[in-house]
Amino acid sequence: MSRKDRVALPPVTAKRSNMTCHFCIVGCGYHVYKWPENDEGGRAPNQNALGLDFRKQLPPLATTMTPAMTNVVADAGGKRFNIMVVPDKACVVNQGLSSTRGGKMASYMYAPEGLGKERLAYPRLYTGDQWVDTTWDKALAIYCGVTKRILDKEGPNGLAFNCFDHGGAGGGFENTWGTGKLMFSALKTPLVRIHNRPAYNSECHATRDMGIGELNNSYEDAEVADCIVSIGANQYETQTNYFLAHWLPNLQGGTVEKKRKWFAGETAEPARIVFVDPRRTPTVTICETVAKDRVLHLEIEPGTDIALFNGLLTHVVEQGWIDRAFIAQYTTGYDAALAANRMSLEETSRITGVPVAQLRQAAEWAYKPKASGHMKRTMHGYEKGIIWGNDNYLIQSALVDLVLATHNVGRRGTGVVRMGGHQEGYTRPPDLSNKIYVDKEIIQGRGRTLTMWACNSFQTTLNAEQYREVVLRRANIVKEAMAKARGATIDQIVDTIADAVLNKGGLFVTLVDLYPTMVMDAAHLALPAAHPGEINLTSMNGERRLRLSEKFMDPPGVAKADSLIAAEIANTLKAMYAKEGKADMAKRFEGFDWRTEEDAFNDGFRRAGQPGAGQIDSQGGDTGNLATYELLRKAGNNGVQMPIKEVKGGKLIGTEMLYTDNKFDTKDGKAKFLPSTWPGLPKPVADQKAKYKFYINNGRVNEVWQTGYHNKYDPHVKERYPMTIIELNLDDARAMGVEPGDIVEVYNDYGSSYAMAYPDASVKRGHTFMQFGGYNGIVGDTVTDWTDRNVIPYYKGTWADIRRMGGGEHYRKIASFKSRRYQT
Amino acid sequence: MNAKLSRRQFLKFTGGVATATGATLGGVGMAEAATGEVGRATLPYKPKVVAKAAQLRENSPVSFTFPDEASPCTLVKMGRLVPGGVGPDRDIVAFSTLCTHMGCPVSYDTGTRTFRCGCHYSVFDAELAGQMVCGQATENLPQVTLRYNEQSGAVTAVAVDGLIYGRQSNVL
Repeated sequence: MSRKDRVALPPVTAKRSNMTCHFCIVGCGYHVYKWPENDEGGRAPNQNALGLDFRKQLPPLATTMTPAMTNVVADAGGKRFNIMVVPDKACVVNQGLSSTRGGKMASYMYAPEGLGKERLAYPRLYTGDQWVDTTWDKALAIYCGVTKRILDKEGPNGLAFNCFDHGGAGGGFENTWGTGKLMFSALKTPLVRIHNRPAYNSECHATRDMGIGELNNSYEDAEVADCIVSIGANQYETQTNYFLAHWLPNLQGGTVEKKRKWFAGETAEPARIVFVDPRRTPTVTICETVAKDRVLHLEIEPGTDIALFNGLLTHVVEQGWIDRAFIAQYTTGYDAALAANRMSLEETSRITGVPVAQLRQAAEWAYKPKASGHMKRTMHGYEKGIIWGNDNYLIQSALVDLVLATHNVGRRGTGVVRMGGHQEGYTRPPDLSNKIYVDKEIIQGRGRTLTMWACNSFQTTLNAEQYREVVLRRANIVKEAMAKARGATIDQIVDTIADAVLNKGGLFVTLVDLYPTMVMDAAHLALPAAHPGEINLTSMNGERRLRLSEKFMDPPGVAKADSLIAAEIANTLKAMYAKEGKADMAKRFEGFDWRTEEDAFNDGFRRAGQPGAGQIDSQGGDTGNLATYELLRKAGNNGVQMPIKEVKGGKLIGTEMLYTDNKFDTKDGKAKFLPSTWPGLPKPVADQKAKYKFYINNGRVNEVWQTGYHNKYDPHVKERYPMTIIELNLDDARAMGVEPGDIVEVYNDYGSSYAMAYPDASVKRGHTFMQFGGYNGIVGDTVTDWTDRNVIPYYKGTWADIRRMGGGEHYRKIASFKSRRYQT
Repeated sequence: MNAKLSRRQFLKFTGGVATATGATLGGVGMAEAATGEVGRATLPYKPKVVAKAAQLRENSPVSFTFPDEASPCTLVKMGRLVPGGVGPDRDIVAFSTLCTHMGCPVSYDTGTRTFRCGCHYSVFDAELAGQMVCGQATENLPQVTLRYNEQSGAVTAVAVDGLIYGRQSNVL
C-alpha cells in the first residue's frame, strides 16, 4: 500500500455521522463513515455506502474521495475501525466541495502511528528536567492547588489566561461556555486575553457600536450581489468553498437567472468584484482569469483604507448615489460623520496611491444605480486587512459609514460582513477584563499563573519576541525551583510552585491543547484536550449556521473536551474549599456538574435569555434554548441559521439575513454613523516604516489555514512549506542575492525572525508577504506593540529589513517555488 | 514470483471459503481479491510502452493512457534531472491528468511546467513529483512510475504512485 493507490470503501452497513469541518469559518459539511477494520464495501454502487460505481472510472466531479480522507482508528477498548470523511453534497454551504484542509480531517484523527501520533493523550508534568505522564487527579491537584494558593493570598487578579473564544476545533459553544464560566463566574479573573490578540476584546467593535453585527448575511447573498467589494481578504485561500460555491458562479454569470427571480424588474448581470488589497492575492488572479473585465483591484498603500472609504463616501454623496430616505429614517449621525470623513478623490488618490480613475470606477461599479434605476446590491466582505489594519476601529467605522449611506445592509444581495477566521461559537458570562493589555502585564512581571488554553501566543501575538523571552524567563524560575524539589509530594510541589510565583517573580504555565506545542518550552503542566469527532461540539459558520459535529470515536488516552476539563478544575477547587469549610468560596465553583458536552451546552447556550440564568453573552441569543442536540442531529450539516425563530414540525427555523426590518442593534434601533477622520499611520509604525526598507505584509496560505497545529506533522504540507515562507519581489531578491529557498532574516527594532524566501513576480518592489503563525519563523516577532483603542494589534503594519542567511539546499529539493497564483 | 494468480486459480485455492463468505459479503471479498495477488504488496499493473526516449522533445507533452484506457496521463521530457525522471538524462516524467481533488482534467502549461486544473485552480509541479503548488487537492498529482530500456530506448509505464481520481484502486 506504500503507493497509496487504493483505499477501503465503506460498506453499506457503515455508520454515518455528521461533521462540520474543524477548521475555517465556512464550516463545510462532511459525512463520517465508520466501519470495522476488516470489512470493506464492494465496488458496485449497491455494495458501498457512497452509492458509487467503482467498477469503472468515475467521471469528473462525481466524488471527492482521496486516501487522505481515510484512516484506521481505534476505540478506547482497542477495537479498530476504518473511517472515511468525505464532503456532503447536500450541504448548502459547500455543496460537495472539499478544501485541501477539510479534506484531511480523517488523516488528522488520532491513530497511534498516524499524523496525529504526537497528540497529548495523558496529562504531563514537567519535573524540572523532563516531562512525565501523570494522572488527571495529580495534574488537577497541582493546577488547582497552585490556583488556590494565589486566590487565597491575592485574589484572582494574577490568574492569567490566554484562551480561545471561537468555534470549530479548540472552541465551540460547549467549550467557550465551560472555560468562560470557570474564568469569569468561578475564578473571577480579569487577566484574560483571547486567542490571537493581547486583550479580551472583539475584532469588530466599531460595526457593533454602529448597530450592525458583523455576520449579517447569508452565503447565498454573494450569489445575487451586483457587486462584491472585498477588503483585505483572500477568499480562495481562506474561505475556499464559500468562494468556489457562491462567489465564482456569480462572477461567471451562473446566477443571473436567480437574480431575475429574486429581484423582478431589476437589471441582472454577472457580478463585478472590487478587491482592496496592497497585494495581488491568489484570489485576485483567479478572478481575473475568470472574468478580467469584471474585476478591479485597488492596490492601496498599506494602512490607508480609512482614506479610501472616506474618499468613496464623499464621492458617492456628491454623485447622489445614496439612499437619503433610509439615512433619514433608520440612521443617526450622518451629517457629523460626513463632515469628519470628507476627502476629495484627488486627496484620496494621493494617500492611497490608487489612481482617481480607478476610484471613480470602483464607485460606479459598487454604488451607481443600475440601468433599471434600482440601487445596486453590493456586498462588502472584509477580514484581516481591516481587522489587523490601521486602525481597526476607524477603518470599520469608515467602511460601515459608506455601507450605510448606500444602504448596503439588510437587503438581499448586500451585507457588510467579516469573512472570518475560525468558526464562531461564543457563549460566556460577561467578561471582567475591561480590555487589559494582558501581554504587557505579563511582560511587566504581573500575573502568577498563565494558562494557555487551545491557543499559542508564542506564535500568534504581536511583539512576540519580547513576550516569549519574558514568559520563558519567568517560567524558568519555576522550573528551577521544581528541579530542586526532589522527592516532593504533590503538596510540596504546590508549595514550591506557589513560592516561586508569589515570591520570586516566577510564572506557572499550563498548556491545555491537542498537541505539545511550542508553549511546552515554557510550560510546567500540559492537559490533553479533544477535538470534534472525539467529542460532540456545536459551532456556527460565517452565516450564523449552527451545526452539531457528532462524536464518532474516542479521544486518545484520557484526553477530554475543554468544557469537561474546565468542569474538573472547578469541581476540584470546590472540593478543596469545602474541605476547608469555606462554603462561600466553594459556592463560587458550583454549577459544573456536567458529565457530557451536551450538559455544558444545555447549561450555557440553551440557558441564555432564560429566566434565572443571569447575563449570558451568547451568539445563540435568547432563542438558543430552542436548539437541542436532538434537533441539531436531525438538522444535519445544514443546521439552522441563528437567531432561531421557531421549531416547526420538529424542524428548527432560522434567519437568513439580519436587519431586513431596518431595526439595528442600538438602543434606539437606528444604525449609527461614526466619524472616522483619516489619522495617518500610528507613530511607532511610521517610525519603523521610516527606518526599514521592506513592508512585511503577513497572512495565511491556503494549505495552512486554521490547521497549523496539525500541519507540523503532515508531510503533504511540511514538504510543501518546510519553513515559514516570505514572498519577495524578484528584483529585490536578486539585489540581495537571494535564491528561492534561501533562509532570510527579517528584523527591525522589535525583534528578528526567519523565513524561507519565495520570490514571486506578482510582488511589488519593497513589498513582501510573510506567512503568519508559523512555528519556524514567527512574523509576530517584528510586529510593533501598538494597538488601537480596543487593544487590537496592527499586525499588518510591519516594516523591517531583510538579510540573506542562505542554507536552503534541502528546501529547494523538496519544495516547489513556482508561483502560487493561478493565472493564464 | 511473477506468475499471476488467475481468478479461476484463486477460486480453486480458496474454494469453499469464498463460497461460504460470499453469502454475507455479497461476493465483495472475491471481487477485491481478484485484483490483487497473494504474496505481492503491489497492484498488478500491466506494463505499457508509452514512448521512445529519442523521439521526445523537451517540454513537449505526450498523452497516453495508463493503467487502462479510462485513465489519461501525460508524459514530458523536462531537459534536466527531475524526481522520478527516467531516460538517458533522467528527465522524463509522467502523471495522471485527472486532478486528485475532483477529477477535472488538468492541462500541462509549457510556460511554467505545471499541470493546472481549471475547475478549482489547483496547480501541480511537473518538475517536482507532481507536488501541489497551490490548490484544494489533498494529494499531489499521481506520478506514473516509468522504466527506461537503454537498448531499445523504450519508456514503459509500470505503476502509479498515488490514487487516480475516481477509483477505489488504480487497477480496475
